[in-house]
Amino acid sequence: MEFDKPVLAYAELWPMLVVFGVAVAGVLVEAFLAREHRFRAQVALTLLGLVVALGGSIYVASELDTLRGGDSDEVVARGTITAGGTLVVDGPTVALWIMTLVFAIGGLLLFAERRLEGGLSAFAGQAAALPGTEAEREASTKGLDHTEVYPLAMFAVGGMLLFPAANDLLTMFVALEVLSLPLYLLCGLARRRRLLSQEAALKYFMLGAFSSGFFLYGVALIYGFAGTMNLAGINEAVRNDSSNQALLLIGMGMLAVGLLFKVGAVPFQSWTPDVYQGAPTAVTGFMAACTKVAAFGALLRLFYVAFGADRWSWQPMLWIVAILTMVVGAIVACTQTDVKRLLAYSSIAHTGFLLTGVLGVQAATSLGENEITSLQAVLFYLATYGPATIGAFAIVTVVRDAGGEATSFEKWTGLGKRAPLVAGVFGFFLLSMAGIPLTGGFMGKWAVFTVALSAGAWPVVLVAILSSIISVFFYVRLILLLFFRGEMPEEKEMAAADAEDAGGGVATATRTELATVTTPSLATTGVIAVTAALTLLLGVMPGPVLDLLADAGQFIR
Amino acid sequence: MSDLPLLTILILVPLVGALAVAFLPGAGDQPKRLGLLFSVLTLAVGVVLAASYDVGDGGLQLTETHEWISAFGVHYALGVDGLGLLMILLTVALVPIVLLAAWNDDEQSEGSGARRFVAWTLALEALSLTVFAATDVFLFYVVFEATLVPAYFLVGGFGREKRSAAALKFLMFQLGGGLVLLGSVIGLYVVSAQQGSPSYLYTDLQQLDISTEAGRWLFAGFFIAFAVKAPLFPLHTWLADTTEQATPPTSVLLVCVLDKIGTFGMLRFCLGLFPEASEWATPLVVVLALISIVYGAFVAIGQDDILRLIGLTSLSHFGFITLGIFVFTAQGATGSILYMVNHGIATAALFLLAGFLIRRRGTTLISQMGGLEKKTPVLAGLFLVAGLATVGLPGLSQFVSEILVLISAFDYRWYVGAVAVTGIVLSAVYMLWAYQRMMTGPDNPAGDTSDLNRREVLVLTPLMVGLVLFGFYPAPLLDVSNPTVYTLLDGTGVPDDGPDVPIGTTGGHEESED
Repeated sequence: MEFDKPVLAYAELWPMLVVFGVAVAGVLVEAFLAREHRFRAQVALTLLGLVVALGGSIYVASELDTLRGGDSDEVVARGTITAGGTLVVDGPTVALWIMTLVFAIGGLLLFAERRLEGGLSAFAGQAAALPGTEAEREASTKGLDHTEVYPLAMFAVGGMLLFPAANDLLTMFVALEVLSLPLYLLCGLARRRRLLSQEAALKYFMLGAFSSGFFLYGVALIYGFAGTMNLAGINEAVRNDSSNQALLLIGMGMLAVGLLFKVGAVPFQSWTPDVYQGAPTAVTGFMAACTKVAAFGALLRLFYVAFGADRWSWQPMLWIVAILTMVVGAIVACTQTDVKRLLAYSSIAHTGFLLTGVLGVQAATSLGENEITSLQAVLFYLATYGPATIGAFAIVTVVRDAGGEATSFEKWTGLGKRAPLVAGVFGFFLLSMAGIPLTGGFMGKWAVFTVALSAGAWPVVLVAILSSIISVFFYVRLILLLFFRGEMPEEKEMAAADAEDAGGGVATATRTELATVTTPSLATTGVIAVTAALTLLLGVMPGPVLDLLADAGQFIR
Repeated sequence: MSDLPLLTILILVPLVGALAVAFLPGAGDQPKRLGLLFSVLTLAVGVVLAASYDVGDGGLQLTETHEWISAFGVHYALGVDGLGLLMILLTVALVPIVLLAAWNDDEQSEGSGARRFVAWTLALEALSLTVFAATDVFLFYVVFEATLVPAYFLVGGFGREKRSAAALKFLMFQLGGGLVLLGSVIGLYVVSAQQGSPSYLYTDLQQLDISTEAGRWLFAGFFIAFAVKAPLFPLHTWLADTTEQATPPTSVLLVCVLDKIGTFGMLRFCLGLFPEASEWATPLVVVLALISIVYGAFVAIGQDDILRLIGLTSLSHFGFITLGIFVFTAQGATGSILYMVNHGIATAALFLLAGFLIRRRGTTLISQMGGLEKKTPVLAGLFLVAGLATVGLPGLSQFVSEILVLISAFDYRWYVGAVAVTGIVLSAVYMLWAYQRMMTGPDNPAGDTSDLNRREVLVLTPLMVGLVLFGFYPAPLLDVSNPTVYTLLDGTGVPDDGPDVPIGTTGGHEESED
């Protein structure tokens, strides 16, 4: 057997290589630079790397080869297949890269926030020290800080860039692991509430490893069916080979388990609330936005490119998963009393809405002129979901009391009175997630519902609308809490009476300590401002982004 | 004048005003003055708009069309017909009145209350005007939903103790209806995309060939949303709770402006886009309208809270309006359009008077008032006038519209008319009985018993003038609405052989029933 050295298209792949290179350089910085310089060096290196990669991705996007087709010789897709057929850099890949990198920059700016904890980051001083021990106290008094989080995050970002670009199942699996492993670690590194954080990391890791196992088994079965790992080859086999349907179906299901776990779809959602709550909030924001982008990219490519011809087999499954995800996410969210958990369940519901968009796939011939495509809709939804999520979690980091971040609803009561601007922006993010017009979330919802309805998935759209109504309830209830509670006369009286009872005439009130807004550094403020602006912009002027996504064209195989 | 984007200016003025009031520094009365200035400016633009409107033409006028989101086939498209113009004029006239009526309401509310109230009110005005002017369904939907945000903050931010629960209920109902509408709006896109390039322009959608089944489904989505908004039985339960807890000026904005979007939408979109489905749904809609009329009136009789009572009377009135729309005659539609205007004026007067009364007595309960007639004759007298207007006393404006609707109801089916007429009788009961309990009887010394002050009289004057003027001389309203009605009914393809001049005649002949 002859071995051909694969040719790498460096001109297209270099943004991804920059990210991996910076990650490796970050490890070297950890090894060779004195402790006191590491923070600055890491932050600078990481952000520089991400910005260069972002600039590179935009450049690559403008230089992609075009593929023409159809009667009118229109551009139907752009991009190249490279690295011996294992990687593909096409329009959607680059669009996903750009999104991932933008959200990663936002997330990492939150990592770099040190003003909220009095000069320290939100990460554990010494992760190896057991919670509540002398060693931990020592680490904390010395002001230790884990700057390893930056290279870890960069590895994760690298994996996220590789994931949607993977054109064969094995590469996809490698990317899945590269993006997951650093995230497991990052989740366990919270400075405060460390047990919760470590529990989250362990849970995420265990379940993640399990789902990776499913994915790998699925890869093996599909290889058994198709005799190839290559997505185009699998597509070929699906079209031509009607034997071994069982192998195909089981393999497809297994692969779906792995991917649906990553996006947090029901019934693989159980890790989401615990991990979102336990992880350091900056990590949660980063993870929520970026993982979803990357995983949906891979999901779309897998199902559209490899299994597109067998749509009728996997669509019923996704119908059910989408319906369950939306309904469970929306209903369980109604019972939450913690902001981070609420956002976690809302992210589950959003996964359901995104899956609704995935269901909207149609043959190019059945699309009307200028009609929005399913891929375009899902990518656009991701573009609107990311800023709102990162922004909302950024605000969670600044709402604090003496014990650090205060995430229970009780403490957020009446925040609108104490910090109208922050509460107002948070309310705006919630409205966007609820899909109220003039926010990005509305346009995203409109897009995914439209493509699903065009493809005839009206029952799913019906459920989607019903669960939107349910989800409006919990978002609005939270807004109500922020703005209109704690000002009612009878509540004030009750509070005053409580204070009298407890203090026996002493004027010290014993009410629950309410959270206040701590002024963050420019990094967090900037992230909040930019994400809010993006959310508004996408809600009022979504045209340019939609047009760019339409230009990105379809997947190539 | 014609090249000036009048409608955009009309929308921008209150919007800029809202931002200016919210963010410009200024203490004390300054935000209120600024807000009033902007609302009066808007009124002036509205008058200019009316002057440049060609009354003879029933189509869309003063149109502006710009591409907004090409991927969705969405345009920023504005335009008015007679119906839209009347609604716009009602809105721009009511907002200054509301601002002036609420001038001292912030006494109870702390510091920045007035600023917030004025800013949200102007924002609501801007969005409502966009709703009435939008000729692109997507744009309409966007602002239709967006109006809820200021409305929510107005209900939740000002009013009585349980207002936050009321605000939540209000918003849940409205957003629920809105999301159902979203389904239909998306459906329109799908139908439009199947027949060529997708477009949301009203005029493009009218050309669409919508299959019977699809048309009925889409109609259902639109109708449910508008039935929540208007409101219509059984989707009305938010109404009384909201008006009870909100301040009377907020209720004026909600019931007299915002709820009109519901009936406006029925005329513009249900009839305009889905004529076949509208006809198909007529029996059900008529039944719901009749239930609303009678049920609303009965429940209103049983109320002891004056604000709930006025809210429920509106349920009854919206039943009349809907009935007029769905009997498909020129008189019915004209009556409904007139009804929308007159109901806006009369109910605004009632709400504001009730607000003044409540401020004096410190209670909203009818049973604890009483005996005010002697102490506050002006207040009592004006209340009686406004009350009689809602009852439909000849000579006051609502009479004209009510009689038109009733005539066409009898025309449609005699028993429909017969049931609808009971609504009038019942309305006399709830209004006069409420007046009797509140104003007559022995003196009830508690509270402030001063009569209306000059500001309050000033606020009510335009409303009273409107009530009397349009009662005796409804011609201006008819001139504006008639061409639109004919254009609309032409589009529905329902033969209408009623007389052209509806006032004073006995109505048209039976419609073709075969």
